[in-house]
Amino acid sequence: MAKGNEKIVNSTMWSAGCGSHGGCGAEIYLKDGKVVKVEGDKSHPWNQGRLCPKGLAIPQYMYHPDRVMHPLKRVGARGEGKWQRISWDEAYDTIEKKLKDIREKYGAESVIFCQGTGRDIGGPITFLMYAYGSPNWVQVGLAGHACYTPRLAGMFVTQGDYSVLDASQFLEKRYDDPQWTPPKYIIIWAQNPVNGCFDSFYGHWVVDCMKRGSKLIVVDPRVTWMASRAEIHLQIRPGTDGALALGMLNVIINEGIYDKNFVEKWCYGFDELKKRVQEYPPEKVADITWVPQEKIIEAARLYATNKPSGIHWGEPIDADPAGSVVAQAINHLWAITGNIDNPGGNVIARPSHGVATYPFSTRELTDLYGEELVEKLNEKRIGADRYPMVKNFRGWVQPDVLIEQMETGQPYPVKAAWIQTSNIIGGQAADPRRHLEAMKKLDFIVVVDLFQNPTSMALADIFLPAASFPEKESFRSWWAPLAVLVKAVEVGECKSDWEINLEMARRLGTKPIPYKTVKALIDDRLKVAGTSYDELAKKGSWEMPPEGPSKPYYRHERGLLRQDSQPGFNTPTGKVELWSKRHEEWGLDPLPYYEEPSEGPISTPELWKEYPLILASGRRSSVYFHAEHRMIPWLRELEPDPIVEIHPQTAKDLGIADDEWVYIENKRGKVKFRAKVTPTALPRVVSAPHGWWLPETDGREPNLFGTWDHNINNLTSMGNQGRTGFGGTNYRTSLCRITKIKD
Amino acid sequence: MSRNGLLIEYEYCTGCHACEVACKQEHNFSDGMCGIRVDELVTVGPDKVHVDFIPITTRFCDLCAERTAKGEQPACVKHCQAICMAYGPVSELVKAMEDKPRSLIFAPK
Repeated sequence: MAKGNEKIVNSTMWSAGCGSHGGCGAEIYLKDGKVVKVEGDKSHPWNQGRLCPKGLAIPQYMYHPDRVMHPLKRVGARGEGKWQRISWDEAYDTIEKKLKDIREKYGAESVIFCQGTGRDIGGPITFLMYAYGSPNWVQVGLAGHACYTPRLAGMFVTQGDYSVLDASQFLEKRYDDPQWTPPKYIIIWAQNPVNGCFDSFYGHWVVDCMKRGSKLIVVDPRVTWMASRAEIHLQIRPGTDGALALGMLNVIINEGIYDKNFVEKWCYGFDELKKRVQEYPPEKVADITWVPQEKIIEAARLYATNKPSGIHWGEPIDADPAGSVVAQAINHLWAITGNIDNPGGNVIARPSHGVATYPFSTRELTDLYGEELVEKLNEKRIGADRYPMVKNFRGWVQPDVLIEQMETGQPYPVKAAWIQTSNIIGGQAADPRRHLEAMKKLDFIVVVDLFQNPTSMALADIFLPAASFPEKESFRSWWAPLAVLVKAVEVGECKSDWEINLEMARRLGTKPIPYKTVKALIDDRLKVAGTSYDELAKKGSWEMPPEGPSKPYYRHERGLLRQDSQPGFNTPTGKVELWSKRHEEWGLDPLPYYEEPSEGPISTPELWKEYPLILASGRRSSVYFHAEHRMIPWLRELEPDPIVEIHPQTAKDLGIADDEWVYIENKRGKVKFRAKVTPTALPRVVSAPHGWWLPETDGREPNLFGTWDHNINNLTSMGNQGRTGFGGTNYRTSLCRITKIKD
Repeated sequence: MSRNGLLIEYEYCTGCHACEVACKQEHNFSDGMCGIRVDELVTVGPDKVHVDFIPITTRFCDLCAERTAKGEQPACVKHCQAICMAYGPVSELVKAMEDKPRSLIFAPK
C-alpha cells in the first residue's frame, strides 16, 4: 500500500527491536523514509494482528537518541567511555588485521564468538565463526547453558526430535482448521507465557486455547495470572521440577492410566522406567517439592486421562539441577500418554520447509558446514572433551568450562571475543564480575550491538552498530512459518548482522565465500524450500510448511521423521526412548533421576538458617526482553524499577513495606531492588527479574550503568553444571536474605 | 447517533500492557499520558489467590477517532493480545456483555 511519501511494508519480527524470539507479522508504516508506526498484520497466522508492548514501541527504539549510529573505536582505557567515530572501512580493516594476527599466533580457536538469546543472530554468527575457523560459539556466562538447549537435548535423546505444545501454529487456518483440536488440559510448567513469545511460542496462544475449552494445570512457585485460572496450581519449590515429573510418572504408571497401545508400539524401555519411578512415590515427592501429595496425584490423573493434553514449559527447567534430565522426564510424560505429534498434544517441531537459519541440531550443523569441518572443530570446542552430550549435541561451548579456561589459559588461551547482540556483564552471565575480570584480559574485543550497555562500555575495542528488524534482510525458519525480514529503511550507518558478518567472513574466511549479497545467501538457504527472498517478501513475508516432515500430524506413522523413511522416530531404536540409547552410549544414566539443588533447605541447612529465602531470579516482564528496552520511555514508564516480590508475612517479619527499597544479599553479592509485597509469592521464595541496568546513569567504570547495584546475577555463580554439562545453575535456587535499606 | 464504547472482558486480560503502548504509539503520547491503563487486582479468597487485571480508559481516550473514522479498530482493540476488547455502539456492547461474566464497558466521551 502506498500513498505519496507514505507506505506500508509487511515483514516478520525477529531480533532487535521487539527483541523477542518472535515471528509476528508486522505492518511497518513509513512516512518520508522513516518508520512512524508498527502494527500487527491481521493476515498473519502467527499473531493475527496482535502485538506485544515491545513490538509496539519500535519507533522509539529505532530512533532513540542513545542509539549508536556509526562504528566506534575505543580511544581511552577499557571502561573509560572514550570513543571515536570511525568509518566502516576502518572498522573492518582493524578487525581483519587483529583477528588474522591472533589466528596466526594462537589459532582460530583462541577467538570466541558470543551471542545472546536465540534470534536471527545464530545464523550470521556461526557463518562467520566457521569461515574464520573457530569452533567456539558461546552464550558467555549462561551457567549450565540454561536456555532451551538443555530441553532440546532432553528431547533429542528421548525422541530424536523436538516437540512443542500444539496451539495449531503449524496450520494456516489456525484454530479454524478442522484437523486441530484444543488440548483438554495444558500443563504450563515453569513459565508465564503471557509475558512474551519464549522459545518461538506466542504466549497468548494459550489464552486462545483457554477460550476454546482448554483447562490449565500450572507448575509455578508464583501465583501467576494463569496459575490463578488453573484447575490445579502446583506451587512448587524452585529447582525441584525433576522430582515432580518423576512423581507424576509414578502415579500414571502405577495406576495404569498411560496409553498402553502407544507405549507398546512406539516406546522403548518402559519396564526400566517403571522400575526407576518406584523411587519417587508421591508422598516423597510432596516432601521434596512442597506440593501436597493429593495435588500431584490429581494433576497426574487429569493429564493422563484427558487426551489430547499438552505440556508447555519454560527456561527454569533448563536451570534445574541436571537440566536436560528433567526435560527427559517431562518428555516421558507426553510420551507414555501418547500425546506426541497428535492434534492438541505435543507436536514435533522442525524448522519450516527444512530450511536452516541456524543450527538447532548437530545434523543441521553438518548439513550447513559439512561433517569434516564439524568433526575437526569438535576437537577443540571448549567443553566438548569433558561432556559427551555437549560434544554430540549441537555446536555450543559449555559456558562454565569457558570461564575456567579464560582464567587459566588451559588447555589453550582465549585471546579475543566477537560479541554480537549479547550483554554478558549486564544480563546474560552468572557471576558477571568474574566474567568482567576474565574478559578484560583478552587482547581484542569487538561488540556488535544497537546501544552501549555494561558489556560494550567495559570491554569493547571496536563497536559496530547493528540494525533493528525493520532495517534488515534476514530469514526465519524457527518452526513455522518460513519467513523473511523485509528491509524497510536504513537508520544512520547501522548494518544488519548478516551484512556485517558476510563482509567479515569474506575478509577472514579460509575459503572463498560464494555470496555477493545477503540476499544471495538467503536465497541459497531457501532453495530447499523452492522459494526465494523476493518471492516470500511479495507474499507478505511468510509461507506455512507444506505437507511433509515439517508439518504435523502423526509423522512417525507416515515415515516422515527418519532419514531411511521408515515409520518410527529418529532415534537409534526407532522408538521413543524412555531408556535413552544415546545416554547409554555417552556414559550417562539412560533413565531420568532427580538431583537436589546444590544450595537450599535440604542440601545446605546451615546456610538456610543464615539466608532463609530462596531467590528465584529471571522473572519475565511483558515490557522488557532480558537486558533490553530499559531506555525506551513508553516501556520504562510501565516498569520503572527492578522489583522483588515478597510474601506479606515474610515482609512483615522483616519490617518491609510495599514499595520500599531493599537489599537482596547472599554470600556472593548484594543488590538493590524495590519490594512488591504480594500474596502471589510463596512465603520462603522471593522472585526478581534479571537484566536490570540503568541506561540513564553513568556508563563508565565503575558504575557501568548501575549494573553492580541492580543485576540480580551478582548473586549467582558458575561451575554448578549437571553431569550432562547442562543445567544445575543457581539462577532460581540461590539462598538469600532481604533487608530494608535505611537511608 | 448511537454512542460508541469499549467492552472489555477482563476475565481474559493478562496484564500484558499492549493496549497501553498501542495507545501511546497511535497518539504519540509523551511520558505519563495515555488513553488506557491496566491495573492489577490481587484478591485473597478462602482457598486461593486471584490475579486479575483491569484496563481502564483515561480522559485522554478518544476511542481512536481517526482510526475508527476509516473503519479501523481502535489501536488497543486491534493489538490486545488476549483478544478481550471490542469496540462498537454501547447498546450492542451491552447485549454482548450478557454472555460475558467478568466484563466492563467504557464509554469515554
